[in-house]
Amino acid sequence: MSTQLPHPSQAAPDTTQIHNIGYRSYDGPRLGRAYARRSLFSQSLRGAYGLGRSAKSKVLPMILFAVMCVPALILVAVAVVGKQSKLSIEYTQYALYLQVVISIYLASQAPQSVSRDLRFRTVPLYFSRPIERADYVLAKFGAMASALFILTASPLLILWIGSLLAKMDFAEQTKMFGQGLVSVALLSVLFGGIGLVMAALTPRRGFGVAAVIAVLTVSYGAVSTLMGIAFATDNGGAIQWIGLFSPMTLIDGVQSAFLGAPPGFPELGGPSTGVGVVYVLVVLALIAGSYGILMRRYRKVGL
Amino acid sequence: MYNPTVARLTYRALLGRRRALILFLLPALLVLIAAAVRAFNGADDQVAADVLGGFALATMVPLIGVIAGTGAIGPEIDDGSIVYLLSKPVKRSSIIFTKLIVAIAVTMVFSAVPTLIAGFVLNGNGQQVAVAYTVAALVASIAYSALFLLLGTVSRHAVVIGLVYALVWETLFGSLISGAKTLSVQQWSLALAEKVTGDSLIDSEVGLTTATVLLVAVTVVATWFAGYKLRTLTLAGEE
Repeated sequence: MSTQLPHPSQAAPDTTQIHNIGYRSYDGPRLGRAYARRSLFSQSLRGAYGLGRSAKSKVLPMILFAVMCVPALILVAVAVVGKQSKLSIEYTQYALYLQVVISIYLASQAPQSVSRDLRFRTVPLYFSRPIERADYVLAKFGAMASALFILTASPLLILWIGSLLAKMDFAEQTKMFGQGLVSVALLSVLFGGIGLVMAALTPRRGFGVAAVIAVLTVSYGAVSTLMGIAFATDNGGAIQWIGLFSPMTLIDGVQSAFLGAPPGFPELGGPSTGVGVVYVLVVLALIAGSYGILMRRYRKVGL
Repeated sequence: MYNPTVARLTYRALLGRRRALILFLLPALLVLIAAAVRAFNGADDQVAADVLGGFALATMVPLIGVIAGTGAIGPEIDDGSIVYLLSKPVKRSSIIFTKLIVAIAVTMVFSAVPTLIAGFVLNGNGQQVAVAYTVAALVASIAYSALFLLLGTVSRHAVVIGLVYALVWETLFGSLISGAKTLSVQQWSLALAEKVTGDSLIDSEVGLTTATVLLVAVTVVATWFAGYKLRTLTLAGEE
């Protein structure tokens, strides 16, 4: 390349120039901010399933994805062979039963998405591209939520296809499938936000994993213990308010109030519609709050 | 065997900055639940045993064990700074031993002490329930720390594997398949708790002798193997 002629524009007399080594400035198309944001999103989404990473890092997300789908396949097989008239599990209940798998997936993938950028100080490099802070946060948030949605919606899709194969009522199954999708979409965004906030607090991956799992599992364990105690001691009115304090029971409350799902603790009853509105508001506030915290977190990082 | 400098570094890695907050979260929650139960329910020995067994011993002790055990060595291997420690004239086995002592101490402080407090809040140590579960938590701390320290030297995903063991194996399989209970740190420590309080409140699947032998064996073998792994450690690059 060094033998090429200097760029025509530099042939113009530039009197202050001492030595022209012949570099040409880039005059091709600039792909811009939206493209950079889209690339960051797709890279993060692929990374959440280990695609484009080493074989070793594909193992865990793929195993968890399989663990998520296998019960759905078994249920479908049973329904088709046994010619059942309805599935033995509600679409909206599926994520609730397999919440440990979802928590472990989130705990293992949220830190890999953000912690390593912090630890290896690559975040300033991202910001040397034409993306803004909001783009980085939105891309990571969106990718984590999409990855969770893929994880939680795939088994529902299997169940729905299975229910059609078993010649169940199309309209009813599709309606319930839709309700299930809304519920897991809400769950994905909420969990993704919480996971990323916990993971972004520490550049150490191990501590990020522990923090995410502690927040999700322990809050659920504590809330269900308290619910059980409140039920045993006839404090029925308190139960629907206790559910506000853990992500899983929040989703459970929203879907049993508005999406026609049976409550997670049938004997305790679900929240009434009025309280259900509070549940929705708390979920939305948590999502907005985790976006806000992430924005604050990345205001000053690595500099 | 015990190296004070390594111990100081490990304490700082475990408790420094905001990391101690995760460790304070769980015990605080346990005491809070104990207070709530006492307020709703009054003192009841069976409820006290259920709460301590279900939340303290089944959830809190393994989780703190995972955080302390893998946290004592995992992050250092993860970011490669372990080479600075390994290049010093300190025996690998004494590094592991020191880190084990630190992990045990941290797990004991953050799990056994709150268990004792929660036990006293719940029923004022009626029928020795609080003491029994504290003994169980102390013993379980040792075994969990050794196990998870080993995991930290073996795998990069030590925390995830540890959590799967603690949450899925011990809680789920332990309650479904009776055979799995024999291979559970929780049941071994419950055997000791049973000895303290009598078998009316606490029920363990394993005999006291078996439990003691298995506890000691797991701790010793895990520590030895962790030392062996550290001697032959190859540092992998990131991913």
